Parts: sequence; C-alpha cells; structure tokens
Amino acid sequence: MSNSYPQPGAWDAYVARRSVIKGGAAVGAFAVGGSVLAACGGGDTFSGEIGSASGTLNIGSNASDPAPQAGLQAVVNAFPNADVDVVINTLDHNTYQENITTILQAQDDDVLAWFAGFRNKFFADQGLVGDISDVWENITGLGEGFKAASTASDGNQYFVPTSFYTWAINYSKKLWGENGYTEPTTSDELIGLAEQMMSDGVTPFAFANDGKWPIMGTFDALNLRLNGYDFHVDLMGGNGSWTDDRVRNVFTTWESLLPFHQEGANGRTWQEAATDVEEGRAGMYLLGTFAASNSEAFAADMDFFNVPEFDSAIGAGALDAPIDGFQMVSEPTNEAAAKEMLLHMSTPLAQDAYLSEDPSVVASNSGANTSVYNDLQKKSSELASAATGISQFLDRDTIPDFAGACGDMFAEFIENPGGVDGMLADLEEKKVAIFADFNAG
Amino acid sequence: MTSLQHPSDAASSSDATVSEADPSSPRKGRRRYSLLTGNDRRVLQAMVGVPTFLHVSLIWVPAICTFLLSFTNWNGFRFDNMEFVGLRNYKQLFTVFEKDLYEALLNNAWVLIFLFVIATPLGILVAYILDKNLRGTAVYQSVFYFPVVLSLAVVGFIWKSVIYSPRQGVLNVLLNRTEEGNQISWLGDSDQVITLVSDYGLSKNFLAIIAPMIWRHVGYIMVLYLAGLKAVDPSLREAAAIDGSNEWQSFKNVVFPSLKPVNIVILVITVIEALRVFDIIDVLNNPIGTDVLSILVTESILGESSNVGRGSAYGVMLLMLCFGFVVWYLRSTFREDDA
Repeated sequence: MSNSYPQPGAWDAYVARRSVIKGGAAVGAFAVGGSVLAACGGGDTFSGEIGSASGTLNIGSNASDPAPQAGLQAVVNAFPNADVDVVINTLDHNTYQENITTILQAQDDDVLAWFAGFRNKFFADQGLVGDISDVWENITGLGEGFKAASTASDGNQYFVPTSFYTWAINYSKKLWGENGYTEPTTSDELIGLAEQMMSDGVTPFAFANDGKWPIMGTFDALNLRLNGYDFHVDLMGGNGSWTDDRVRNVFTTWESLLPFHQEGANGRTWQEAATDVEEGRAGMYLLGTFAASNSEAFAADMDFFNVPEFDSAIGAGALDAPIDGFQMVSEPTNEAAAKEMLLHMSTPLAQDAYLSEDPSVVASNSGANTSVYNDLQKKSSELASAATGISQFLDRDTIPDFAGACGDMFAEFIENPGGVDGMLADLEEKKVAIFADFNAG
Repeated sequence: MTSLQHPSDAASSSDATVSEADPSSPRKGRRRYSLLTGNDRRVLQAMVGVPTFLHVSLIWVPAICTFLLSFTNWNGFRFDNMEFVGLRNYKQLFTVFEKDLYEALLNNAWVLIFLFVIATPLGILVAYILDKNLRGTAVYQSVFYFPVVLSLAVVGFIWKSVIYSPRQGVLNVLLNRTEEGNQISWLGDSDQVITLVSDYGLSKNFLAIIAPMIWRHVGYIMVLYLAGLKAVDPSLREAAAIDGSNEWQSFKNVVFPSLKPVNIVILVITVIEALRVFDIIDVLNNPIGTDVLSILVTESILGESSNVGRGSAYGVMLLMLCFGFVVWYLRSTFREDDA
C-alpha cells in the first residue's frame, strides 16, 4: 500500500511532531545548551569510535513499512552509546522522497535515510549533507564498490551504505518444478524458455508499470546486457545520446520480447503482477527481490536468476542493486553523535539487528552474520559480490527530473513500440534541456 | 461599505448612537463628523486589514514570486544558484516539452467539458429530485455526498484496486474480462477514444479517470444546489403549477432563474475544479496520457533536483487560464450589480 499511495496526513504528523520537539527545545534550551557545552569538554568532535558523544540525536527515516521501521528501531536499540537519546522521525516513504529537499534544508534531523550513487552525490555537491570521510576512515568490512557509491564529486564520502537488494528475474519454484523449466544462461535459452511457456499456456513475463517506474528495471537490464555497464552509466549521466544506434538496439530487442510480456502493463501494479507469478499464470518477473514481500507464500516459493547474457562480449556481470543507507546533514545539531551513529550503522552489529526485523534485504558489511540469511538473501549476496558493475536503478542513477521523462517514454513505448524513433528523439531533446538546467544550477 | 458614508442608512444608526454615547470619542475639532468611534475604526481596520494581509501574503506574493521564478533556472536550493534565463522556460514549454503541455491543456479542457456537460447537470438533477421530500432523502443525500467526504487514499483504493484492477476489479469481473490477454486495462490504455489532431485527443485511460471526478463532483454540486432549492419560495412553484406548466417548464422557467446566485457559484466551482484538478489523477498514479497542468507543476517542482523555473512557467500558464475566467466572471457580476 505505501508503495502505491502517498499518505498526505503523514507529513502533517511529521510537522506536528517536529514542532513539538522544537517547542520542547525552546523550553529546554538551557538544558540542551548545557549538554552541548558539556560535550565541548571532550566529546564534541568525533573521536573515531563510539562512546564519547552525548545529547539528543534526531534520525529522519522513510522506513514507514512495518518491517523496515522495526529494523531501524533495532539498529538504534543496538547503539552502544547509552548517553545519546535517539529520536526517530518516520515519514511515509513517498512523502519523504517528495519532501527531501525541504527536510534537508530544514536541517532538523542530524542523520537522514537516503540512497547511494547519483542521488547522494547530488546533495553532497549542493552542500546539503556533511562530509563523513572521518567516519569512513574507521569503517571496516565495506568494499570499494560501496565506498565509490558513497563518494561525491570532491572525492569525499557523504553516505554510509547499510543494505541493498538486487534486481533479477523472479519465478515460482512450484510452477517451474511442475513444468520442468530450468534457469537460462543466454538470451537464446531465455527466448526458448519463453516459447515453451507460451505453448504451456503460461504468459512468460509478468509485466506491470503502475507508477511508471517498474519497467525502468527492464530497460536497465537490457541496456546493461547489450551495451555494458560503462555505456549505461554514461547514458544515465547525460553523456550518451538517446538517438544512438546502441540505444535504439535496446528498444528493438525490447520490442521483440514484448509479445512474451503481459499486456496492459501500464494499468497493473507490481503487486498484481507478482500475484500472477505466484499463482502460476505468469512464468517470470524481472523485478527487485522485494517481489517476495508480496505475500509470505510467495516469499517461500520464490527463486530468481540473473538476467542472462545477451552478448558474449558484454557478459552478464552488471546488475541493478540499489543501496540504501544514511547521510548526515551539513549542519547537524549533534555532529559527534551523528557520526557515531553512522559508524554504528556500518557495523555487523547494527546490520544484524536490522536484518533480524527485515529479511528482505542484504547487509552491506561483509562481516554481517550470513548464517541467518534465507535462500533469497544468500543468492542476492552472491549475485552482488560476483557483479562486475553495480548500478543503482534508473531513477537513482540520473537526475530525477530526467528519470521522470524516461518513465513517460518507456510507458509510451510499451503501448506503441512502432513510434519509438519519435519518442527517442523527443527524449533526447528533453535530456539536453534538463541536463543543461541541471549543470547550470 | 457604502452604508458607512450614508448616515441616514438604517443599518448604521446603531453605530451613531454608540458614537454619541461614548464620551471618549476622539473625533473633535477640525475633523469631519464621523459615525465611527476609535474602537469601531480599529475593528474595521482589523476586519479589512487581516484578510487583506492574508490574501496578499498568501496569494499575491506567491503568485508574483511564481511569475518571477518562471524567468529563472533554479534547482530550489540556494538563492545564488538562481540564474535569470528570460523567456527560455516558456520557449522550451512550446518546443521541447510541447507534447506534455498540449496534452495537459487538452486534458484540463476535457475535464471542464465533462464536469460541465455531465457532472454538474447530474448534480442539479439529483438535488432537484431529492428536494421532493422522497422517503429516505437523507439516506440518498448521504450516499451521493459520500465521495466528497472520503479520504483520497480511500478514493484511490476504491478506483484502482476495487473497480479498475485488471484481474480482480469489479468492472472486469462483471464484463468477464479477467483472463490473461482478454483483460481491459482501464488505467493503462492510452489509445484515443476521440482524436483531434494526430497525437492529441482524449485517451481511454483519461476517460476512466474522469469517471471518479464526475462521481465526486455530482455529490458536491448536489449539496450546493439542494441548499439553494430549500430557499425557493414554494408559492412560485404553486403559481407555475396553477398556470399549467409541467415539471420541466416550472424548473426551466421558474426555479432555475430564481436560483441565479447559486447557479453562478456552481459555474465558478465547476470551472475552478476543472482547472485545478490534481488529486484523483495523483492517487491513481498518473498513468501515461493523463497529465494535466497541475500535475506538470508538481512533477517539476516536487522532489529532488527540482526545476523550479519550468514548474513556475507551467504554473503561470495555469494562472493565466484562471485569470481569464476570473476577469470574465467579475465583469459579468459587476455589470449586473450596476444594472
């Protein structure tokens, strides 16, 4: 539900809560001031380890669904520094995203939930989030890929990755077992499998696009397989051209696969499509592994495989694996506590606590306890560690404004694939305008 | 206001007595005789001043800011990021983003037409029938008004998941179109029902989104009109009946003209609802082909790395449309007042 419908009331609740806190702060200004002064004695600056900070720490969170919300609470409960009072301000997921600029500019929270990659870099370049390179110096167990995804244009780190999930082709083990399907490793095998499914009366690919973001995953996958990771990153960064033959080739391939997909995707939610897979009407579904959250039954029955190779020169090493994590605002009220919390969030201790409540994602720290992972988490983790390139998903890899234009174009394309050339020319025109505005800002 | 300048006006005579009875009246000497005490004046100043202040600060200041921002390129972050670009945003609206803009303008026009031709007359009809004191009127009134009261999250759920869902939606179940390949994609099919010029027309899914708008608008108009109908002098209808007019004639020639003030309110509400329509499209997740101006404004401005300049330019287009209507409306209202 929270994925589909914004809840206007949540923002009001947030504002109300914030003003209560602010009002409280005004009354208790002396007390707060006192603690800051006290902290100046030794713990005001980040010492590189957890324990010396004190005072109140505000965390802004978009974890409005029950499992992630409980997960963050568990992380906070596991925070070893008892001198810090942690307040979590949770907002509805969509509302948080739409208001992130307001939240950042208010600088009321010290630590904020956010995403790695382009969207982290953008806020860092705007000076809205704080440099936490000193936290990174003390972080262990996070690989270079995670560090790169946390680094902004100035070479410093502004983000702590806590968890991620992967995009892959999901299916029902029950259906596949009954029909004897096996995981394909090349595009020819994939098409052969799709034809087999058609003759069995099963729609090969479930397909949904309510909200105009789910099929961005299909574009990402095809572009990564046909043109490779570097081309994809360039294209998302506004450098490649959308009228390029290589982009056109992605749409030609996509068009040839469309007959294997469910019709009417633009009017279907991903939950409805996942249900079709769960109930055996559709054979496969390219979606994030969060597809398992559609129902407990599906979580138990679901399995997935990496999008197979389309071009042996490119391989099948790159994939979308969006990373979630936390940032510190540029002017935190309690910097020492914020940095200690961020350091804590990078540790296996915190990540194990999180995953105990929300097993739909995978921990970023290599020291996290993988023995409690379910099969899906194990597979996700293996997939990501074997990856030759990790992209964050289209709407996290490029300017959000442009991601919206792409979303519109893809939605139009699947309805009218014949008009693709005009659409791509139009999209290229928009890209030029949007990136020019963006780079001037 | 006019009564204040006319001491003979009956309405202000009580003020005059208060003024004379008040020994501390500050108006003496060279000042012109006034009927207002200092207190009256302060109250008046507050009564006029506070709404004026609110109006100017909440409506005109933002409107003028929007207008000014539409000439800039700004991502909404720091003021020193703002760059003056002249008319470039407007030029881009008509050259780069023209498909979005024309689609939105056309969709706003469709909403206006459908509300005006279907929803508003239907609301009036329902009100007229319910005014007949049928048994259970209160129940019917509640039923028709219900859509207006429902929270938008619920409205979104009703229409997206209960009515239009391709597999388990009421419509497809009733039409027996729930099978794979046979489903009707109510919200996803942007093929055109009516084509005006090449790519522009009325798309099927926008028509499907207009349905809940009508559903809500009927209840809204019904309540307004019902209140008006209660105020119609029953003797007028009796007289019409005695003169031998039938139901339609007495509505057309007697009731409808006597409700002129209500009719104007309804006209204004219908036009404004059509221009500012946003919420229902948004809760149905704005599928392809269903942009309207307010959606383009919010899409450009809300969220990260927003394009305030372009969003404001869309906003100014919307403002101009509203403005044209408001000017027309005020002119016709004042002309009648003068007559």
